[in-house]
Amino acid sequence: MTKSKLEKNPVLTESKGKLISLNALNESRQHEYTQKEIKTEKEVKVKVNDFSFYYSSKQALQNVNMDIAPNEVTALIGPSGCGKTTFLRTINRMNDLIPGTRLEGEVIVSGQNIYHPAVDVVELRRKVGLVFQQPNPFPKSIYENVAYGPKIHGKKKRTLLDEIVEESLQQAALWDEVKDRLKDSALSLSGGQQQRLCIARVLAVRPEIILMDEPTSALDPVATQRIEDLIRKLSSGYTIIIVTHNMQQAARISDFTAFFLLGELVECGKTAQIFTKPKDTRTEEYITGRFG
Amino acid sequence: MKILNPDLKKTNTEQVHRNWTQTAAFLCLRLSLIVVFLILMVILYDITKKGIGVISWLFLTEAPRTGMTEGGIFPAIVGTFYVTLIATLVAVPLGIITAIYLNEYALQGRLNRLIRISLRNMAGVPSIVFGLFGVALFVQRMGFRPSLLAAGMTLGLLTLPVTVTAAEEALKAVPKSYREGGLALGATKWQMVKSLVLPPAVPGMLTGVILGLSRAAGETAPILFTGAAFFLPYLPDSPFSQFMALPYHLFILATQHHDISGVRPLAYGTAFVLLVLVFMLNLSAVLLRYRYRKQIKQF
Repeated sequence: MTKSKLEKNPVLTESKGKLISLNALNESRQHEYTQKEIKTEKEVKVKVNDFSFYYSSKQALQNVNMDIAPNEVTALIGPSGCGKTTFLRTINRMNDLIPGTRLEGEVIVSGQNIYHPAVDVVELRRKVGLVFQQPNPFPKSIYENVAYGPKIHGKKKRTLLDEIVEESLQQAALWDEVKDRLKDSALSLSGGQQQRLCIARVLAVRPEIILMDEPTSALDPVATQRIEDLIRKLSSGYTIIIVTHNMQQAARISDFTAFFLLGELVECGKTAQIFTKPKDTRTEEYITGRFG
Repeated sequence: MKILNPDLKKTNTEQVHRNWTQTAAFLCLRLSLIVVFLILMVILYDITKKGIGVISWLFLTEAPRTGMTEGGIFPAIVGTFYVTLIATLVAVPLGIITAIYLNEYALQGRLNRLIRISLRNMAGVPSIVFGLFGVALFVQRMGFRPSLLAAGMTLGLLTLPVTVTAAEEALKAVPKSYREGGLALGATKWQMVKSLVLPPAVPGMLTGVILGLSRAAGETAPILFTGAAFFLPYLPDSPFSQFMALPYHLFILATQHHDISGVRPLAYGTAFVLLVLVFMLNLSAVLLRYRYRKQIKQF
């Protein structure tokens, strides 16, 4: 869908056919939204059934049921400690790293229950990338950061890696800023650049889903804007699930919004609907700022 | 202007008191520093003054002659070098692998705690006990006889706790975010450890290992029964030969020789050489750390 749309739109098409211009993207957003609303939800990317999660004795999530649509941005909102980050991290099983956790129910990603014993966690995490709250580039060069994922998945050929690195940095809207200093330390970049590098690093392993855990909370408004534009742009090719504390951000960038409260999924629906006509009074109270 | 604060006077005396305690505390800290420094300086000065006179090319390259009253200490230098090398080969891989296992793989449970407590206690075991253990295990049970191999392995065991602890500290200093970032990209645990955790941990590990070894190089008790020889006119030619070592040679010259006062200068010379060797090891640890830090900082 994206490709054809891009080719038709002269503003968005660069010489290489790669999407660069962010301003142009903003203009085209309106158009994009209408297209998405028309589109029927013929498939579900992530399906969560009766999912409960416990940290040793404390229950963090209870009976969550949720469908997440492919190639859309889904925002998870709710007050601190409501379980939204826990929920996000169950989708690529990062919670496995915490000892003493327990879960019930199932999480189905692309038709496969990811908590089935036969599932290869390594392969799952390649398909479901995660961008952290704090930008966490490795203490390596910019190039090596992006090439890290493809390398550990067995891609060794230099020319292929060069290609992947360039493409991923282009996609993350960072290429123009770093193309002349790919050998420099990733730690020499600014916070916002580091976060885009981390996004490029995730894109380099060709994921299907990108999870983002408050990706802009450590960044200034300008850097935040760039990341938000980037998220909109990426949503055409990736399923993006983003945890955010910033409700304006959720309203700005997401197609669907899920509201969590005390480990429970209170309400989930189209962002426009959640923010204008929430069905649950708790949702209404939260988004109108009565608590949280 | 009228002073509104009736407590002002009290505050002033309090202030004086606080300043005074501050000065006193600094003085104490400075004094202890000076004492430590002076002790080291006295040792260095004494040994250098009395030892440097006998240092010559021949002293460093000749074997002892005429009942160890003349000649040099070459076999002891070589012996110490070999035995430290063997200790390194034992302690470094074993220590680093143990540390990686404990810190990255083992479940943080009771067994892990038990291993850690054992290691801490092992660090406190007197070196003579290690020596006797070496005799029992390597010399007798494993049949190495008193040899470079038996002594080197004993020294290796002696440094193991230090090596493991230093390596673990270095691993702990690596931020969790590197580990999570790697795993989230689909790295296996080993890929993550190898490519993201070990490189930044290497300088710290090396420093700890070298400091442990420089300690081991000066030990006498563990090699006393496991392979060090009173006097050998030739160099060890296999891991199963006996050997002379600097610390043991020094011990003999200082206490066991038939003409103790006559060989006193030789003893000081030996002590001087041993000190220089240990200092060189420590210096190399500092330099290595410095170099790696710079490299890591670049990336």
